[in-house]
Amino acid sequence: MGVLASLRSPGAVVTGDPNIRNVAGAGLAAAERDPLLEVRDVVQEFTVRDRGGAKAGTVHAVSGVSFSLAAGETLGLVGETGSGKSTLARALLQAPGPKRGSVRFRGTELVGLKRRQLQEARRHIQMVFQDPFSSLDPTWRVGELVAEPLVAFKVGTAAQRRRRVEELLDRVGLDPARYIDRRPRELSGGQAQRVAIARALAIDPALIIYDEAVSSLDVLIRAQVLNLLERLRAELGLTYLFIAHDLALVKQVSDRVAVMYLGKLVELGPAESLYREPLHPYTVALLASIPSPDPTVRPEPVGKAIRGEPPSPIDPPSGCRFRTRCPRAQDICATEEPPLRELAEGHQAACHFPVTTDVPAPAVAREPAAS
Amino acid sequence: MSANGFLPARAGHLAGETRPGADAPLLAIDDLRVDFHQGQRVVRAVDGLGYEVGRARTVALIGESGSGKTVSSRAIMGLLPPTAHVRGSIRFEGQELVGLSEQELRPLRGGEIAMVFQDPSRSLNPTMRIGAQIVETIRMHGDMARPAALDRAAELMELVRLPAARERLRQYPHQLSGGMRQRVMIAIALAAGPKLLIADEATTALDVTTQAQIMELLHDLQRRLGMALIMISHDLGLAASFADEVLVMYAGRAVEQAPTRKLFAEVRMPYTRALLDAIPRLENPPHASLAAVPGQPPDLAAEHVGCPFAPRCPDASNRCREAAPPFAEQEPGHLWACWHPCGVQAPS
Repeated sequence: MGVLASLRSPGAVVTGDPNIRNVAGAGLAAAERDPLLEVRDVVQEFTVRDRGGAKAGTVHAVSGVSFSLAAGETLGLVGETGSGKSTLARALLQAPGPKRGSVRFRGTELVGLKRRQLQEARRHIQMVFQDPFSSLDPTWRVGELVAEPLVAFKVGTAAQRRRRVEELLDRVGLDPARYIDRRPRELSGGQAQRVAIARALAIDPALIIYDEAVSSLDVLIRAQVLNLLERLRAELGLTYLFIAHDLALVKQVSDRVAVMYLGKLVELGPAESLYREPLHPYTVALLASIPSPDPTVRPEPVGKAIRGEPPSPIDPPSGCRFRTRCPRAQDICATEEPPLRELAEGHQAACHFPVTTDVPAPAVAREPAAS
Repeated sequence: MSANGFLPARAGHLAGETRPGADAPLLAIDDLRVDFHQGQRVVRAVDGLGYEVGRARTVALIGESGSGKTVSSRAIMGLLPPTAHVRGSIRFEGQELVGLSEQELRPLRGGEIAMVFQDPSRSLNPTMRIGAQIVETIRMHGDMARPAALDRAAELMELVRLPAARERLRQYPHQLSGGMRQRVMIAIALAAGPKLLIADEATTALDVTTQAQIMELLHDLQRRLGMALIMISHDLGLAASFADEVLVMYAGRAVEQAPTRKLFAEVRMPYTRALLDAIPRLENPPHASLAAVPGQPPDLAAEHVGCPFAPRCPDASNRCREAAPPFAEQEPGHLWACWHPCGVQAPS
């Protein structure tokens, strides 16, 4: 499962130790030691105005999020609508940049970088979105769409670019002869997403951010694309930030998983232990909400794990933002914000009353350990 | 006329009324075909579908985009565009619905049969208060004075567990979250006390925790009100958790049907197997590769012989490419359309 940093595609600038690093096993420690991406206290806020243009409130979209991403690692980022996960992704890309905080890529601070330098840094970080049809220009042909980043960064001659496009299409499982001259409307959703992935790969990025990139695909096509992403990661030594709302889906691809709720990072840990022993009650609720494809498993009422609906990010609850829906909440949760602290190896949670092994947890908390 | 007449009024049909069609299944669909004519092309969206729904039963229609699950259920409601050609039979309590005029369908639609859609914000009128929208449906399907209808609307809001029901009646759709709007849509669907509720991907657009809450609500209402529920979904997990019976569709046809436990324990159709194997499971270790069948669903406008799944099926033989297997009851209660059914037990 380890990834050779030296396998990284030749176009990428490799800094730091080119030696072998086993990222998956080392988890947080490796990320802390030599991170590809280092995110510190990122805050993103938007002003909401009423019809007259007066300030009506502030959306606290992302409130002090920190994490690191090691080269070759996949970090899954999970959260529901309004959790701030997509806003955070855009803040990492400086599109727009965060209001406060630091985003370092290979040691270079991206926040406040000038346009030209930012563009140079951005070629190493690509993003793939949920709906390929809205990110692919409908009037362009597949070949042009995939070649566009190469043209933009003035890579190679026209003939070289053509060869590169064919190689990329082949890599994402599209026969170049059949697809290179098609337009997006002549593609299925899965094929269009493969084109978007080929485009993201064109200039040898080090990091790819997937924002719900497989969420709207049909089950069988989704499995095909997930397997493709895994293959590409192994073959090209890529680092992924994989954003999705589906915890089961995220587990499939992630070394570590981060859970966001209402702009806050509430839990972060190695995938295995986060799913086996979730520490934050919100993670427990997310796990309890996944319907099991086994009819002999009687679903636990989800009301035991979570109640009501998310409050507005314009006026988030005091203290712990999850407390209004939490079955474990006590008085302190309203007055003191729980800090993110390490409760098991590489496993952090922001909770005054974490669901640990020595505290009786709701029955829905535990997934049996994979044997 | 009192507002609390809601529950008892519906309990009546459970006791078995002596009206025509009371012995028949609530809904019986037979050889349903829906074609869409697009210029020279004829898209066979539903291609000989047949199934029954018993009173107070939950049937899950499972399939991917283009499987015909949504089109076939819209045919029940008479909600297809004029380009659709509907043939075959859809009987509701013995009454044939195919060929009924708009006027004849209207009392059934939203009355005896109601539907909840994926996107509640598109189904609700953004300029009307929630209460007025529920009252409108109540009054459309029953002779009730406005104050009584308003009481009933509040009762419906409580039934779908919307907190502060009375106050919410005065709110507009944009003041509610997605989950709350879907609860309002369910309240409207229940307004006339339907015997059959069709939920078309009703929780797909919602967040994970909200989806679980809404599914629980639908399941609970289905039992308390003795309604039948057709649950249209792409998610076999939801079917496993909430349905009595599962019908799997592919390329406009039924390919496997069985009581839920039976289906999951003894999957016969390789397509159902493929769907199950493609679901990421919490039990899988990270980076486990998913069993993914290649290819994509067939073009429904193209002539094809044989089994529609054959080009993607790992078990396909020449026979599969030459003749379509019939969809028939092959074991008691278990129907499938396959020449080479899987004999293996599904892992539990």
